[in-house]
Amino acid sequence: MENFFDKVAGEPIDRVDGRMKVTGKAKYAAEYELPDMAYAVLVSSSIAKGTIRRVDAKAALRAPGVLAVISHENSIKVPAHADNEHPTEPPTGGQPFRAFYNNKVYFNGQPVAVVVADTYERARHAAMLVQVEYDKEKHTTSFEENIGSARIPSQVKKNPKSSLADYDRGEVDGYKKAPVVVEAEYLLPNEMHNPMELQAITAHWTADDKLTVYDKVQGTKPTQAAFAKEWKLPVQNVKVIAEFVGGAFGNGLHQWPHETAAIIAAKMVKRPVKLMLTREQMFYMVGYRPRTWQKVAIGANPDGKIVGIRHEAIGQTSSYEDFTESVLQQTRMMYTSPNVSTRYRLLPLDVSTPIWMRGPGEATGAFALESAMDELAFKLNIDPIQLRLINHTDVDPDNGLPWSTKYLKECIQLGAEKIGWSNRSMKPGGRRSGEWLVGYGMGVGCFGAHRGAAAVRARLMANGTLQFQSAVTDIGPGTGTAMVQIASGQIGISPDKITFQLGNSDFPQAPNQGGSATVATVGSAVVAACNVLKEKLLGMAASAEKRFTDVKMEDVLFSSGQISLKNSPSVGVAYTDILKKENLPEIDIIQDSKPGTEGSKYSKYSFSVHFAEVHVHALTGRVKVNKVVSCADAGTIVNKKTAGNQIIGGVAGGIGMALQEDAVMDHRFGRYITKDFAEYHIPVHADVPHVDVIFIDKPDYIIDPMGTKGLGEIAIIGVAPAIANAIFNASGKRIRELPITVDKLV
Amino acid sequence: MIQFQYTRATQPKAAVDAVTKEKNSMFIAGGTNLVDLMKRGITVPQRLVDINRLPLKDIKKEGSSLRIGALALNSQVAENKMVLQSHPLLAQALNAGASAQIRNMATVGGNMLQRTRCPYFYDTTMPCNKRQPGTGCGALEGYNRMHAIFGFSDRCIAVHPSDMSVALMALDASVLVTGPSGDRRIPFADFHRLPGDRPDIDTTLRPGELITAVDVPDSPFTKNVHYLKVRDRASYAFALVSVAAALDIKKNRIEGARLAMGGVAHKPWRLAEAEKFLVGKPVSEATFTEAANIAMQGAKAFKHNAFKLRLAPNSIVQALKTAAKLV
Ligand SMILES: Cc1cc2nc3c(=O)[nH]c(=O)nc-3n(C[C@H](O)[C@H](O)[C@H](O)COP(=O)(O)OP(=O)(O)OC[C@H]3O[C@@H](n4cnc5c(N)ncnc54)[C@H](O)[C@@H]3O)c2cc1C
Repeated sequence: MENFFDKVAGEPIDRVDGRMKVTGKAKYAAEYELPDMAYAVLVSSSIAKGTIRRVDAKAALRAPGVLAVISHENSIKVPAHADNEHPTEPPTGGQPFRAFYNNKVYFNGQPVAVVVADTYERARHAAMLVQVEYDKEKHTTSFEENIGSARIPSQVKKNPKSSLADYDRGEVDGYKKAPVVVEAEYLLPNEMHNPMELQAITAHWTADDKLTVYDKVQGTKPTQAAFAKEWKLPVQNVKVIAEFVGGAFGNGLHQWPHETAAIIAAKMVKRPVKLMLTREQMFYMVGYRPRTWQKVAIGANPDGKIVGIRHEAIGQTSSYEDFTESVLQQTRMMYTSPNVSTRYRLLPLDVSTPIWMRGPGEATGAFALESAMDELAFKLNIDPIQLRLINHTDVDPDNGLPWSTKYLKECIQLGAEKIGWSNRSMKPGGRRSGEWLVGYGMGVGCFGAHRGAAAVRARLMANGTLQFQSAVTDIGPGTGTAMVQIASGQIGISPDKITFQLGNSDFPQAPNQGGSATVATVGSAVVAACNVLKEKLLGMAASAEKRFTDVKMEDVLFSSGQISLKNSPSVGVAYTDILKKENLPEIDIIQDSKPGTEGSKYSKYSFSVHFAEVHVHALTGRVKVNKVVSCADAGTIVNKKTAGNQIIGGVAGGIGMALQEDAVMDHRFGRYITKDFAEYHIPVHADVPHVDVIFIDKPDYIIDPMGTKGLGEIAIIGVAPAIANAIFNASGKRIRELPITVDKLV
Repeated sequence: MIQFQYTRATQPKAAVDAVTKEKNSMFIAGGTNLVDLMKRGITVPQRLVDINRLPLKDIKKEGSSLRIGALALNSQVAENKMVLQSHPLLAQALNAGASAQIRNMATVGGNMLQRTRCPYFYDTTMPCNKRQPGTGCGALEGYNRMHAIFGFSDRCIAVHPSDMSVALMALDASVLVTGPSGDRRIPFADFHRLPGDRPDIDTTLRPGELITAVDVPDSPFTKNVHYLKVRDRASYAFALVSVAAALDIKKNRIEGARLAMGGVAHKPWRLAEAEKFLVGKPVSEATFTEAANIAMQGAKAFKHNAFKLRLAPNSIVQALKTAAKLV
């Protein structure tokens, strides 16, 4: 297939909405001002398990400006809550938390009441006056003490064919036969969702049965469906607006208690209600990357050929909902191992439900697998890169299918050159720079390259501008920019004449922005819409220029706003002239697009390789990530600038994961200890070195017509093990528990 | 809203009067600590006396000391030529604290009086003798990674978070105060207190007393100094352990030494025995290692901060080596 895309492909154009963002014109969920607005502040439980005996709202109700104090004692009942079925679809199983449904406390920090007042400050103050009495029960929050209670996910019980079920390829525990075996346990802490924008919602009942929400979510349509179900309303009666989202990373993929609380409050006070969480509340109720214990055993021959792998994982979840993620997939498909066994279990605790967080599952799994590979390389005295190449596979060993595309070897080679891998000492502690021990490490990442179904509306206007609408959200990667570029390349209209409106459930169908699938999914719909417009334009072109009579699609070019003949390019007609001649104010279409069946013949993944040069201070154990090189095989790169930003952001997240992020809980109380930015560390600028980003930039047309594969997730998957491996190479210390802080190295 | 009064003073005397007149009154300077505490309901003053307009911003030579006004901003002090020349250790410590934005608001007086960052102090649902005497110490049996290894009591194991104060401690500064019963001077070593059975009291400042300045005496510690701060990220984090090291070196021999640590006690922790040991010794890593061992005598760790027993001596050695330009 000809690359239609070469004109704008990769052009690092500025974000189409960049100016709005930096001038404050971009509106986020908490920034809508509606007439007669009221403000809500949550009251959170201070116990981890038990029942609420009494909510004493007297003082709060007396406070100035207070409109209501709502708890299970007086809340209207959400229609679907009483049903046994789930009011909102849980991500993977169980019963999502129902705000103010009953007197039960399932986790510390749980919303137990909401105070509504005429100003935010008054609501906040009154919330401090609400007294809640509890009957405490003994809670269970410690992962370590209860790991023995881990169980099979309920999803697997229902469906033994689930990808989360026990998996054995070849011989069970075949690794044991190998002459060389490494076996180790790895631990990841709870890592909290902390996007810059706090979770917020403005809920407005425009009629008794009509709800509009301005909500921080990753999908307007899925949110619309969820609230329609929860409130038993026709879907079209619910409108969801998320025009701008200030980072989400997965925490906008689930409905959370504060959203329902605000909607209840708006209904009860009969005013629009705005509710924004505090940073501390973000730690308690809007999901996190779950604490996960893993054990990896790899058996290999002395020449490095892997004989077998066993990978076990136990992830934390809440007592009421099964959150599962794909921790073990990479182990099944990354290396050519005849024997692979994986086991996945859940440990329910008296905590809130986790949720997907950038590179979900795989980032966790890759930490263990890629650390273990490094341990194996060390034991075999083989260069870790060489070990990957020895076990490289040209078909997916999980299902025997060929890869749609795979440029992993190229990634490894390019990245190794750029980081200066040849400087790496095979012996740990073999390189120094003054007082600092210098080490190099690498880690491989992958994530399924998905594409879903979506539709877009496209309007080609008489003045030559092109407008698109899609319900999709842009949680930060620059979706609108990418879509404008895709359209521009496909229909030959310059990017400044194209607009892409998004984040509104009134617009045509699009799934959640998640799983790195948005460009493939919505971009394909843009291409399809452009193709229909092109057909229509060509069909009408003859009326403006006779020489286009009976001309076929393959004989023309669409460029610079006009159709021209390929073999006599001077013959052309502008789109605007065609519309004028036809007396059309616009061409307005809605076009959908979904993947075909061809894709099922292939195994489809994006790949990344991250290299880190790390310095470890010999005396104090301080760690400096000195340099990172990330090389991505993510198909066609639509915009090198925004795509590069994605990788850099992922690396920053990976540095946090490797070295800093740690939500510590005091199990006596079941409360988090590190729950603000002074205690819960994420990287500051000084922690993030220069990141060299390399894109293979080769199309994968099996996935979609642009040749793109997902990018957002692989930006972080593999970063943490690259850093951990570099620390080992520098210092000889193998740290298997994240984050790798000074106390583990000194 | 929690109601409070707000007044502004333009002269120290008026400020002291205003804060003495009404119970539960407090001075407010940069507000970078106090306002946070008020928002969380940890400190609930009925009246704030804004002292930002008092004429206490100057940094000037006063006899054989440098006098730094209590309202001089952290950033202003760190950039001041006289400070950089005669007390570079102080400038280094200031620059190791907080962020540029906060240093532009924070004052010298406020910095000394900032309260602990113990997470149990900050979470009002948890026990804390410092916040609410008699409720117990949450950290003692809880998560105590950031906590003290020296000078703690069973009532409180919190540490003082100020970087600047560690340098002032090492430099033998003194604090000038004025109060309802007149002016006095408090040696820096006596300014902050150990928790004992009153962890709710951080300093020896008496009710109504206003810090007017800090005097830092001239010293030979102008070249061989280093403030080392070990923390969980490169910037914008409180110290796990910090060391203020100052040496007076003549012909490879140590003529004088000053050492203080942060992040290890309820107050900036002066290492007097180690200082004594260093005097007269040759500059060498072995000397420094021995000094560090002496400094660590009596240290005791809790469940999560045992690493400080290794990190602290190593940091002392590192700071001394850097000060002596051995690295
Ligand atoms: C995010 C963050 C990170 C930080 N990181 C660090 C760090 O790494 N290292 C570090 O050292 N510090 C750090 N700090 C603390 C910072 O240094 C202090 O908040 C600041 O120095 C306080 O000064 P202020 O003028 O704002 O004091 P204020 O908040 O105004 O006052 C603090 C206290 O001092 C009293 N007070 C103020 N001036 C006087 C006076 N002249 N006489 C008597 N009483 C007075 C007030 O009544 C109040 O009790 C950090 C702070 C924040 C918010």
